[in-house]
Amino acid sequence: MLELKKIYKIFNKGTIHESELFHDFNLKVEKNEFISIIGNNGSGKTSLINIICGSLEIDSGQVSFDGEDITNKKEFQRYSKIGRVYQEPSIGTCTDMTVLENMSLADNKGKSYNLTRGIRKNRIESYKERLRELDLDLENKLNVKVGELSGGQRQAMALLMATMTPIEYLILDEHTAALDPKVADIIMKLTEKIVKEKKLTTIMVTHNINYALEYGNRLIMMNQGEIILDESDFKKNSITAAEILSIY
Amino acid sequence: MDIFIGILEQGMIYAILALGIYITYKILNFPDLTVDGSFPLGAAVTAYLMTNSGDFVSVITLSHNPYIICVYALIAGSIAGLVTGIIHVKFNIRDLISGIITMTGLYSINLRIAGSANVPIFNYDTIFSNSLMGSIFPESLLKYKVIIIATIITLGTKIILDLYLKTKSGFLLRAVGNNQVLVTTLAKDSGNVKILGLVIGNAIVSLSGSILMQQQGFFEITMGTGTMVLGLASVIIGTNVFKKAKFMKATTSVIFGSIIYKAAMSAAMDISFTKASDMKLVTAILFLVILVFSEGKKKKVKADA
Ligand SMILES: Nc1ncnc2c1ncn2[C@@H]1O[C@H](COP(=O)(O)OP(=O)(O)O)[C@@H](O)[C@H]1O
Ligand SMILES: [Mg+2]
Repeated sequence: MLELKKIYKIFNKGTIHESELFHDFNLKVEKNEFISIIGNNGSGKTSLINIICGSLEIDSGQVSFDGEDITNKKEFQRYSKIGRVYQEPSIGTCTDMTVLENMSLADNKGKSYNLTRGIRKNRIESYKERLRELDLDLENKLNVKVGELSGGQRQAMALLMATMTPIEYLILDEHTAALDPKVADIIMKLTEKIVKEKKLTTIMVTHNINYALEYGNRLIMMNQGEIILDESDFKKNSITAAEILSIY
Repeated sequence: MDIFIGILEQGMIYAILALGIYITYKILNFPDLTVDGSFPLGAAVTAYLMTNSGDFVSVITLSHNPYIICVYALIAGSIAGLVTGIIHVKFNIRDLISGIITMTGLYSINLRIAGSANVPIFNYDTIFSNSLMGSIFPESLLKYKVIIIATIITLGTKIILDLYLKTKSGFLLRAVGNNQVLVTTLAKDSGNVKILGLVIGNAIVSLSGSILMQQQGFFEITMGTGTMVLGLASVIIGTNVFKKAKFMKATTSVIFGSIIYKAAMSAAMDISFTKASDMKLVTAILFLVILVFSEGKKKKVKADA
């Protein structure tokens, strides 16, 4: 369970550009929920995610994981439980390193980065296996630098890398927005598969309302730093994309 | 013939410097000016330890041995890198400024360590001339002694670096220069990884300072000026000239870059109207030419794409 309590966030405090985004913002995310977050540009979706991950400091309030207050925990410490995929495929991978090196790097998360060999030879087959499932021809590109891959291939790798080791939360910020529709579909299917397999609690920001409805089991719509719609039973209530769009 | 030997000697010794700068500039993506201070730091530490090599402490710490002195130079350089890293990471000071702060401070520290602005060590054992070397090298090879020893040290450094960059720690170092955010999402403090990179880079730079000093036979406070420019020129030449040679490791390219650079310097200094004191000016101009050339190439690549 992830909880945000009484979050306040003011940007550029004390200047003429001062603007308050979050005012007494509260959110409770239950275990195994798959929350889709939609909302206009500038409504605070990315800021919300940054507050959860610790990449954005808050003015007051509390962030907790499973009841443990982590408000003062540093960003890098929080990622021991979080996997995160960004909109730009390049952020989730190391472009100067090969596919194999990237997989090995991510595979070692949570362990010590010591002076033993970076690539564990006995893991190569299992990497190949995972890459083959993507059907993006990555299993034949183990020694290719990630920078030479397509955006879709890179984003698929970013997703694999973010979820390779045991984590509890998966955070996705428009992770299909930079991809063409066909590749976006592949990435969404892969996302769903991983979330189910690893039983991850997921928060996904998206502008694609169909994805939000199809893959999520809770829908949140944001506007100017507030939650203006929070619907868990939309599958039963059969909310349609058109209805959502009318409020959007 | 002698001029070629000179170029190879200098090229090999400065290649160690270039390997250090390769770590900070290329791997870490950090323009580290600390090197203008950590290069003479290695030389100053060497000068101090050699000229004090008779006393009791030096016997205990083995610092009368020129090879052990190289280890002390490495340690001194790593402390300089640590200081720059802490200034940058813990106090949030910009990369260039952090290096300048350490470099400026080191000028005085180096003077204190060495004792004066110019310390000759002609009468002391060095890694190039000592009784052991005298017995190993036959008469016919004496001429190539410096090249051989410098090449061994340079290749040794290169091989250790290559091996390190293939370890888990090395992977993380490569990742932090390429994509700091990724390192954070791997639940690692990217700041600490950067500090580690600066420690390694400056340790190597300081080692090269010690070796150059032992070869030329004296410490000079001004020997650090332009170190960054000189090392970076070798790195840029090496990585650009051998870009297409995929089979070649970047560290190897950097070593060749250093030799090519020394050859170019030697050619430029040979022109009749240049005199010895023009060295730094020639260094600067040559660096500019290299930058313009490599940048020009990049633009062309972009235009082609
Ligand atoms: N670092 C920042 N400094 C100032 N304003 C910011 C900063 N980050 C976000 N904002 C403001 O907060 C609001 C929400 O931004 P963001 O969270 O990126 O929205 P979204 O992801 O929903 O498009 C915007 O008005 C934006 O201008
Ligand atoms: Mg956003």
